[in-house]
Amino acid sequence: MRREEGKEYLYITLHTELPYQYSAGRYMSRFLTTLRDEAKILASRCTQCGTVLVPPRVVCGNCFAEMKDFVEVGPRGTLKTFSVINFPFIDPFTGVQRPVPYGYAIVQLDGCDNWLPHFLDEIDVQKLRIGLRVEAVFKPREEREGAMTDILHFRVIGDRSRESSPEGEVS
Amino acid sequence: MSQRVAIVGIAQTTFQSAKRAQNYAELVHEVVSELFTKTGATHDDVDNIVSASSDFWDGRTISNMAIQDVVGAYMKSESKVSSDGTLAVLYGMMRILSGQYKTTLVVAHSKGSEGTPNLIANAAFDPIYQRQLGIDGLSASALQARRYMEKYGVSEEEVALVSVKNLANARKNPYAQVAGEFTVDDVMQSGYLAEPIKKLEASPISDGACALLLAREDLVDRFTDKPVWLKGVGHCQDCYYLGDRDLAESEALAVAAQRAYAMAGIRDPGKEIDVAEVYDAFSYQELMWTEILGLCPRGEGVELIRSGVSTIDGTLPVNPSGGVLAAHAVIVAGLVRVAEAALQLRGEAGQHQISGVKTALAHGSFGYCGQMHCVWILSNEK
Ligand SMILES: [Zn+2]
Repeated sequence: MRREEGKEYLYITLHTELPYQYSAGRYMSRFLTTLRDEAKILASRCTQCGTVLVPPRVVCGNCFAEMKDFVEVGPRGTLKTFSVINFPFIDPFTGVQRPVPYGYAIVQLDGCDNWLPHFLDEIDVQKLRIGLRVEAVFKPREEREGAMTDILHFRVIGDRSRESSPEGEVS
Repeated sequence: MSQRVAIVGIAQTTFQSAKRAQNYAELVHEVVSELFTKTGATHDDVDNIVSASSDFWDGRTISNMAIQDVVGAYMKSESKVSSDGTLAVLYGMMRILSGQYKTTLVVAHSKGSEGTPNLIANAAFDPIYQRQLGIDGLSASALQARRYMEKYGVSEEEVALVSVKNLANARKNPYAQVAGEFTVDDVMQSGYLAEPIKKLEASPISDGACALLLAREDLVDRFTDKPVWLKGVGHCQDCYYLGDRDLAESEALAVAAQRAYAMAGIRDPGKEIDVAEVYDAFSYQELMWTEILGLCPRGEGVELIRSGVSTIDGTLPVNPSGGVLAAHAVIVAGLVRVAEAALQLRGEAGQHQISGVKTALAHGSFGYCGQMHCVWILSNEK
């Protein structure tokens, strides 16, 4: 109940849960079981243009061609952009607020043409730069359940200076 | 376009963090009533309604059913766009051009105050491979901001100039939710929400509504002596998955702009456009969007502000209303860009009126990091 200008305006509050279960499908089931059982990251390759995309999907959006081949990518890659998140965020999978701050990254996995957004274990932005080399850290085998979170986060493993950048100044 | 369509009436509510006194129907009733009063239109003059709202934001399946009576939809054609309001204008124009309808009421509503914004925002990501990963619109935009700034050598202090400009402009706009005289230092000190985005660089989440009346050329005079003509429009979708695009770029906006310019006969947008209202959900976005819209070269969005070109007294003011940084009712905000552009063309923008406006650009966006773009070119000359 709230008051405004001497009038009373009511709220009707609902706490209904609205559960869903989403079929992961053929491609993502294979991706997730491989992640769980072998700690390996699978991507799909376009039969027409050869583009390698993670997570795997049924068509290459550029060619509208079916992606039929699976290839292993990563677990190392290059940092493409990053953030440190400070605002309160309710995690839809737990219903509770994620502890802040936490690091966030978009990574290009080695062998992959597109990029992957995921957690980053670094929260000091002074230590972060686009182009840094990073690596996926997997949960221990007994904790992996066949979900994207089987990759715990990415961690920085060093500078890119020892590696050549295909894109010029911003890799 | 062989048959022309014009905006003949404009109405918007004030935008606030929580409009407690009005439910959805009452909110929409306010703008529809105002629109009818201003245009002299009656319920019988409207033969088609296009609304824009979101089931997830409204917390009900078929969200347009909350407003069916107040838009006068009984026994009429009414349909909903579940995306930015700029697309509702596009759909409304197309229905008139089909020859089946003479007029269209376009209305958008949203109350961000009633749900749980970050959960709703997170729910727009894929449930199988992305929702688990602690991401919403703000965190995704922070990744885009960093990428853009790094690639084009733009500093945090330069990005902050957008908030300084737009929040100062908003003081002249009685509909705005956030406004003020801030310095770059104020913006820099306002605290990181998601590095590099600071509190004064993120749009608020607002409650509000906006409505336009569109009419076929031969009926325009019945409603107004100041029609605003829909001269050109372009719409384009980018890849959904954030990892499938370089977030520093937006090919979709470039394509949408080219389509709109080609339809309107615009060759040099930086010279021919007199005022622009763009979807600055975050400060850095105004820089990106103005560059990709071709109002300046890539990486020089900040020069538009620094040189005074895009300030309210410049030759090409951008977001004289304060933009989305000043009020952000999700879905409504793009329609407000069209409404503000139309008010400028009618000379009815009040204290933030730009003099001598003949051609205006309005831009809407939907989906994270500007996945979808819709660009409108409007004019007060046929
Ligand atoms: Zn392909």
